[in-house]
Amino acid sequence: MTSSAIEATGLGKAFRRRGGWALRDCTFQLPAGRVSALVGPNGAGKSTLLALAAGLIAPSEGSVTVLGGHPAHVRPRIGFVSQDKPLYAQLTVAETLHMGADLNPDSWDADTAERVAAGGGLDLETRVRSLSGGQRTRVALALALAKRPELLLLDEPVADLDPLARHELMGTLMATAARYGTTIVMSSHVIAELEDSCDHLLLIGDGRVRLAGDIDDLLAVHSLITGPAREAATGADFDLAPHTTVESRITGRQVTALVRPAGPLPVGWQTNDLSLEALVLAHLRNPAAPPLTLGQASASASDSASASASDSTSASPTSQEATSASAMPQEEPA
Amino acid sequence: MIEYRIDRRSGVATYVQIVQQTKQALRLGLLEPGDKLPAAREVVEATAVNPNTVLKAYRELEREGLVEARRGLGTFVRRSLGATPSDSPLRGELSEWASRARTAGLERDDVAALFAVVLDEHFDTTEKEQDHR
Repeated sequence: MTSSAIEATGLGKAFRRRGGWALRDCTFQLPAGRVSALVGPNGAGKSTLLALAAGLIAPSEGSVTVLGGHPAHVRPRIGFVSQDKPLYAQLTVAETLHMGADLNPDSWDADTAERVAAGGGLDLETRVRSLSGGQRTRVALALALAKRPELLLLDEPVADLDPLARHELMGTLMATAARYGTTIVMSSHVIAELEDSCDHLLLIGDGRVRLAGDIDDLLAVHSLITGPAREAATGADFDLAPHTTVESRITGRQVTALVRPAGPLPVGWQTNDLSLEALVLAHLRNPAAPPLTLGQASASASDSASASASDSTSASPTSQEATSASAMPQEEPA
Repeated sequence: MIEYRIDRRSGVATYVQIVQQTKQALRLGLLEPGDKLPAAREVVEATAVNPNTVLKAYRELEREGLVEARRGLGTFVRRSLGATPSDSPLRGELSEWASRARTAGLERDDVAALFAVVLDEHFDTTEKEQDHR
């Protein structure tokens, strides 16, 4: 069993029409059997990254390996729901599901397809062209889930769902992950939507990897601290060396800073609760903050070596620990 | 059986909420030894939280000796929490004390504060701190 579902090395994609790099020099691994959040601001390269992983477009530089092979070769094992949810407008929902069954004869799970599509009271005889955005999402997810893929790539899966459908479909996705060990990668720019459902984060900004790793580990190596601003400190560049500063702000006599501690913090500094959203926003506000990639085996909170890794290469991707860290225990039969 | 409610705004880590709610159910007798906890798949389907979060909570409960995982069957309650049923003499004494406190003119918050202080004097706070991490 491979411990990485997606492995990218120096991955880049340039679009001539847009006249620039949508993605540049991305090196990362997404662990198998986990639920990864792909987060970044609008135009960060999230959709490009997912399309590359799905094998729908070819990289301009570097490479990406999916489920141990070339993306185009493992496509039968991937479920991909793109942002625009392409479906045939003239088919009914039932016909769409029938098509899914015909195209995936080996793995089709008709029960799941119908249950997901018909949830929320959707009539299966409705034509796709008259569906709302949220209903289209439901049908697209039904197709992707019924295929029983090993890897689900979901681009903004819940953006146009109402809160009830969002909760229901997120629950279905999580149950799928628990039951079959499905690897899920989903993108969003709303971190709060993903915080409870994902356990791994890939944050990209401006086409590059900014943060990557287990969410608990990432939170553990960062501290949100407040303390006294000393006389010498003026402006925003408050030096907290040897700790790596991601962001710091002075208000009156007080400094608030998000740091990666390289040892014990000075006396008199207070540590505050850090949410994933605060961590992500601080990195997006400060493009100059050094990127950080935590290897799958890295768990130690005070590991200053990994905390100061300033290039985007992973610390130690392969080790005995990687298997146990990424293997989702299979659910016992009920 | 127990149903978990996840409060996203509480600031308490999700797995800690599951641990706390299980312990609360054990204290109140809603869960008894031999009872089965819901399968992780059922919990994540109902709450939309990450499967690893539920497994982490169950591992924590197992580590504390409160539940045990039986292979292929599920996770079962091993022992109950709280040695004081509601009709114990201790409860009666506390009730008398509370009524004396009331007669002495203490408000509800005064009593709660006083009780918390005495609690901290007599009991280790480590477990509480762990719970609120």
